[in-house]
Amino acid sequence: MAKKVLVLGEVRDGVLRNVSFEAIAAAKQIADGGEIVGALIGNNVSQLASSLVEYGADRVVVVEHPNLASYTSDGFSQAFMAINEEVKPEAIVFGHTSLGKDLSPKLASKLQSGLISDVTVIEGNGDDALFVRPIYSGKAFEKVKTKEGIVFVTIRPNNIAPLERNTSRTGDVVSISVDIQNLRTIIKEVVRKAATGVDLSEAKVVVAGGRGVKSAEGFEPLRELANLLGGAVGASRGACDADYCDYSLQIGQTGKVVTPDLYIAAGISGAIQHLAGMSNSKVIVAINKDPEANIFKVADYGIVGDLFEVVPLLIEEFKALKVNS
Amino acid sequence: MNIFVLVKRTFDTEEKIVITNGKIQDDGAEFIINPYDEYAIEEAIQVRDAKGGKVVVVTIGGEDAEKQLRTALAMGADEAVLINTEDDLDELDQASAAYILAEYLKDKEADLILAGNVAIDGGTGQVGPRVADLLGINYVTTITNLEIDGTNVKIVRDIEGDSEVIETSLPLLVTAQQGLNEPRYPSLPGIMKAKKKPLAELELDDLDIDEDDVEVKIETVEIFLPPQKSAGRILNGDIKDQVKELVNLLHTEAKVV
Repeated sequence: MAKKVLVLGEVRDGVLRNVSFEAIAAAKQIADGGEIVGALIGNNVSQLASSLVEYGADRVVVVEHPNLASYTSDGFSQAFMAINEEVKPEAIVFGHTSLGKDLSPKLASKLQSGLISDVTVIEGNGDDALFVRPIYSGKAFEKVKTKEGIVFVTIRPNNIAPLERNTSRTGDVVSISVDIQNLRTIIKEVVRKAATGVDLSEAKVVVAGGRGVKSAEGFEPLRELANLLGGAVGASRGACDADYCDYSLQIGQTGKVVTPDLYIAAGISGAIQHLAGMSNSKVIVAINKDPEANIFKVADYGIVGDLFEVVPLLIEEFKALKVNS
Repeated sequence: MNIFVLVKRTFDTEEKIVITNGKIQDDGAEFIINPYDEYAIEEAIQVRDAKGGKVVVVTIGGEDAEKQLRTALAMGADEAVLINTEDDLDELDQASAAYILAEYLKDKEADLILAGNVAIDGGTGQVGPRVADLLGINYVTTITNLEIDGTNVKIVRDIEGDSEVIETSLPLLVTAQQGLNEPRYPSLPGIMKAKKKPLAELELDDLDIDEDDVEVKIETVEIFLPPQKSAGRILNGDIKDQVKELVNLLHTEAKVV
């Protein structure tokens, strides 16, 4: 049976996040011919509605309010519940992002629905859709479905390809007015720490360092390589524990789980906890002095050598490649 | 202050996952307190030491979870509660777990509830926010710093690598992110004391919960292991040539750059 699916268009720094376009593709599969409605929440966001349509939404419902300028679970849940009431969807798709993770359980609680978090693959369509998600940080996977009620899922960035953008698509954009009030949280400040501005969980390329990086300064070449490739820097627990970098960069069973197209592990031995966080990356490159290092067991390509020699050479080669192509 | 910590017993992070007959094998596996819940317990103890009050750790599970509760008591929690669903329920999901916890907490006048931001087994991170919503209190997830002054609360939370500084107030539920603190190891006197601390065991009946209220909404169809990655190519030769070859392979064979 065709389903009406509501997709949250997540806005960060004034632009729609890529995962929201991926969420529309996921919605298409769940909708099985049904309508896809985009939800846009914020202050001054309605101009983004057309991109949701170009990526596959049939129409968009917008809630704008000065109290929605920053995300709070109170403000956004009031706005989303109003949209939900208007649209009455049979399924909802969010990105499994910081915002998605924070907001979706509250909404699922209000909707008295199940919630399938962090979906990486959707098999089948419509009522038969099954959702694959990692458990034990990717050491295993489970395939689940909703027994009854609203199908509410969050999808992991970078795993479901967005539909091709079609700039000739058009759809209705409707604003509804909601008085957003009684916010119990005040956002005072956001301190930017992410080095390259590319979010680790959404990055197509991750350059990660371990204990072998030896110091905070040792991360510099990794950062340069990540910047060059438009990627993000990550780290093993060892590097974080040794204070070479911030815990927000940690990849592993405690820390972030990432699935970029390219993962470059430099000076990382490959403890089982780290592998859980990265071994589902599409292509893995390992650079390590120790030829016996565990990381080589999951690497597609390995170089046995000193990262401080290899990484600068890699930077040179990638620069040359960029010039030539 | 009335402080509650929601904890979960999970597989040790060292454990490999083995699946037999469609189920994850847990015979002989080592279990621990979910690492993110350890940050929550540590923070709870620090808040209590600074502000007074008591720390109660709560878990849902079977008899086996007593061990993790005793560890939390040995760290310094004052009381523990095991909500034992072993006989009543075959399965739990995030909605039903949150419902049970909220039913337990609803008349406890909690000022502060802490939990890990995610459990490393199921990995959904839903239970904390769901409990807060059911209790009608505010919540803040993935926190890395907590300051309490009267009923005013100042929090730093991690949002995808950036930090958000926020102000809110008690009563509140927070979920702990790595970096919040350095969880202590239980001391020997702590372990001795823990044996005498109260550990209450409740069943669904004690909470007036009907089995119909805790029907799961999500059904697991299959559990499987990821495809085994076979070891790839170790390049050789002069390092410079290896790097050239690698970039070439990434460009032409793997097509990722």
